[in-house]
Amino acid sequence: MKMSGSQALIESLKREGVKVIFGIPGGAIMPVYDVLYDEKEIRHILMRHEQCAAHAADGYARVMRRPGVCMATSGPGATNLVTGIANAYMDSSPVIAITGQVATHMIGKDAFQEIDIIGITTPITKCNYQVRRVEDIPRIVKEAFYITSTGRPGPVLIDIPRDMQTGVAEVDFNVKINIRGYKPNIEPHPLQVKKAVDILVNSERPIILAGGGVHWSKAYEELLTLAELLMAPVATTFMGKGVIPENHPLALGCIGMHGRIEANKSIMAADAILAVGVRFSDRSTGKVDEFCHDAKIIHIDIDPSEIRKNVPVHLPIVADAKMALKAIIDELIRRGFKRERSEWIKRIELLKKECEDSEPGKELTAVNAIKLLRKVLPENTIVATEVGQNQMWASLHFRVLKTGTFISSGGLGTMGFGFPASLGAKVAMPDVPVVDIAGDGSFLMTEQDLATSVVEDIPVIVMVLNNSSLGMVAQWQRLFFGKRYSHTDLRGVPDFVKLAEAFGARGVRVNSLNELEQVLREAIKSDVTVVIDVPIPKEEDVLPIVPPGKSLKDMIY
Amino acid sequence: MGEYILAALVEHKPGVLHKVSNMFRKRNFNIESITVGACETKDVARMTITIQGDEATVEQVVKQLQKLIDVIKVSRLEPGKSVVRELALVKIYTADSKAKSDIVNYATIFRGRIVDVSRDSMIIEITGSPAKIDAFVELVKPYGIKEFARTGVVAMSRGLKSLKVEE
Repeated sequence: MKMSGSQALIESLKREGVKVIFGIPGGAIMPVYDVLYDEKEIRHILMRHEQCAAHAADGYARVMRRPGVCMATSGPGATNLVTGIANAYMDSSPVIAITGQVATHMIGKDAFQEIDIIGITTPITKCNYQVRRVEDIPRIVKEAFYITSTGRPGPVLIDIPRDMQTGVAEVDFNVKINIRGYKPNIEPHPLQVKKAVDILVNSERPIILAGGGVHWSKAYEELLTLAELLMAPVATTFMGKGVIPENHPLALGCIGMHGRIEANKSIMAADAILAVGVRFSDRSTGKVDEFCHDAKIIHIDIDPSEIRKNVPVHLPIVADAKMALKAIIDELIRRGFKRERSEWIKRIELLKKECEDSEPGKELTAVNAIKLLRKVLPENTIVATEVGQNQMWASLHFRVLKTGTFISSGGLGTMGFGFPASLGAKVAMPDVPVVDIAGDGSFLMTEQDLATSVVEDIPVIVMVLNNSSLGMVAQWQRLFFGKRYSHTDLRGVPDFVKLAEAFGARGVRVNSLNELEQVLREAIKSDVTVVIDVPIPKEEDVLPIVPPGKSLKDMIY
Repeated sequence: MGEYILAALVEHKPGVLHKVSNMFRKRNFNIESITVGACETKDVARMTITIQGDEATVEQVVKQLQKLIDVIKVSRLEPGKSVVRELALVKIYTADSKAKSDIVNYATIFRGRIVDVSRDSMIIEITGSPAKIDAFVELVKPYGIKEFARTGVVAMSRGLKSLKVEE
């Protein structure tokens, strides 16, 4: 078929099942946008900042478990995507970023809005491409989607010089791809599975540590089955939050710097750890030399480079989480193994009881607001968070009841992620309520996309836990820097109610938990985005906390 | 700590060297030398990388290299079972005839070749293990080295065992 590069791009995207693109046009991507003008099958959502386009695509990807697509022009458009791409990279999210580029003959001349986005994104993408021939576009798009969504997911960038968009060539969409340097291993080695089962059945205090990989491989059912067979409690990393309903008797919540007490204590007491789809980040392990060194660690991950990157492990299994868990279950069944209620489980139950969250109190605090939020929201609500105290309060006190309904920026810790990600999530699932648990500092970093939410009819709820501070930094200053609050006071600006109204959204300030409850109930039904300003005490801390550089044992609570 | 030699087959296309060297920088790995050139398969280049580190570091380096999409295959070359070679050009100041004859003698002993002679200088081409090149350089240093360039290591395992792209 003879067509322009722009047409070939859009046709290729359609063939990959793309329904939505989050983007902003600009000079070097105009030929593609010209094709989008007549496009009926793909919805283009005009964002107000490219960073938000990338975060929205990321949020969409996390909810749909399939690639999200963002698009920007060259130069500043492309560099504005960078934070969003890095965020997707750190959390292994399948995001396809498409950027315009100056025409091939201008590359290297420092032309207007030229930037070496390939060079810039090399360390933060799984792979990136610059189109050199129009006829390569179908193959590149096919490879990009294959690479982004298989193995360990991650962002892929396609940079398209302007002349490649306008150039016409004979293109073939049935092109076969064969990437000889990319053959992810997904099946577990049978011998390793047997060895893992040996360790697990001979352990007295087994625990499962589940991470984001369980989300990406949709191994929820297998995880639960295995936990019940082994009578092993399930702790999660922050990225793994919501891989198991958090009201399940075996669910412990997140481990880590702001992990739950029962999770941190249990993992440090375990004699065997089945770690699946985790990367043992410093925020999860605390001081790594003191992390569970007496326990036998089995590490399942699809990315071989994660094995022994951060912690020594006894038994690696390089495989897809779902397939590996399934194989372990099969082997346990083959051996007729099913553990009864053990001493270990009784100990866990006791610990869980001691640590149980109380009912929300009367005061308007962040913790109470989040507990209330859980009571009010339907189970299937998708909750995104910003980064900082709001995020850690959510991690500690917002119990995820339906798997895969919690999204947050874990690895990069990107303030401003939650709101655009919640827009992406809402686009993916328009019939489900979507809430962004926000802080005043974070929300201000991407609030301009309230415009997108209103204009494009993407209603979400933003609950701003407003302590008029860069709260997490202020907390560290309070705890570790002698209350020297260096540049963390945001001084009550802006007025979030007026801000929301200026964009045509609804803004409400609440002064009590009762008011909050009422506003939330209305907001769930609202057909426009609602920003709820929740004033909270300035000195409310996130607890427990493991001081930076300390062991999980040194948790303060 | 030890020295390790890795051979990698990579896609022979623009930007691949950047991706590889960038990975080393990003992961805080130290490269001693890196060489790139053609190999027996069309569209494939062969890189030889020497690094300093411990066993755990090398394991990570190999895995991180394999993780790059454009890297097709990586192999660790065992020093005892591999041929390791480097080429160097050394331009030496030869002021008098004694210096000239000394250098010619040394070159012969090291099986080097005289590839350029002028009134006051000579260029010696020398091939061998990095240690041999170091030794030669030490020897001729007192005469005055005007210019010195070495290629970095290329290496190959002995015997039939080969690093190849599967068809």
